[in-house]
Amino acid sequence: MAKVFIFPATSLILSDMVERWGHEALGAATGIRERIQTASLDSPPLQMTPEDPKKGLKYAAVEVPCGVRGRMALYGPLIEEADAAIIINDADLSFGCMGCARTNELVMFMIRQRKGLPVLDIKYPETDDEGFAFVSQIKEFLAGLGGESDD
Amino acid sequence: MKESEYIPTYVGTITKYVFIDSPDTTPQTLLIRAYEISDGLMIKETCFGLQVTGVPEKVKKLITELRTVDPAHIFVKDRGFLPGDPRRCRANLGGARPGYYGHEFESGLFRYISHGLEELEKNTAPTVTRLGKKRLDEGKLPPNRLLEIIRNEEA
Repeated sequence: MAKVFIFPATSLILSDMVERWGHEALGAATGIRERIQTASLDSPPLQMTPEDPKKGLKYAAVEVPCGVRGRMALYGPLIEEADAAIIINDADLSFGCMGCARTNELVMFMIRQRKGLPVLDIKYPETDDEGFAFVSQIKEFLAGLGGESDD
Repeated sequence: MKESEYIPTYVGTITKYVFIDSPDTTPQTLLIRAYEISDGLMIKETCFGLQVTGVPEKVKKLITELRTVDPAHIFVKDRGFLPGDPRRCRANLGGARPGYYGHEFESGLFRYISHGLEELEKNTAPTVTRLGKKRLDEGKLPPNRLLEIIRNEEA
């Protein structure tokens, strides 16, 4: 079973496809769950702590807005942990403020910078034929990663 | 909730969304099936399907069983928060739950994905059109056009 980073990290369809064919999807939920299930003295009502922007310094410089660094504290370790990645290139739903937008760019940059990381670039389907192409390509990609399969 | 009093609940559990978009099965049918085999898991009914919380092995088993009801029309997503968590539940926040818009957008694509899954199951579809990688200059302003704009501004 391979760990597959998905972008957008909140994608319902990608999360389903990866788990449907027997792999583990690494998305926002994975990092969020880890944070909210960890007892801590400084856990604020929201899931990010003041420590997270500091951890994000590993991925983005200090001049970069703390929103980017906070988000990278969530996504950075997941990218490092991933055995493969699937990117949907036209994911307008991940649009957001500068923090989100720059984080998205940095996430994609980091994925492409990791040498030897298999990456599938794909687009959302807009027709039935594209739906078939979408599903087939993901299945083919995941099959190439090996591991268990539900089929 | 004071900062110093944060005590996590349901530690060691996972939560999954189960979406159904089927002409044959309603969320209620799926929910009843889930209750039948729930084995102590926490299940919450929603308009799109259900949310299930519990230890990972039991949740995985339940999801595998639920998928058999309508494999091409059931979609499962991981969730970080528990159902009803005051940080996400719209009962406390008002308006749509954060993340709802993403689900709404992708729910609109279920019909293409379901079609793809059914064709894949039948394995009768013709050749696959490859969905290509986005070109680096796609949607960007061409340099010649930028120079032209600069020259026009200067003139």
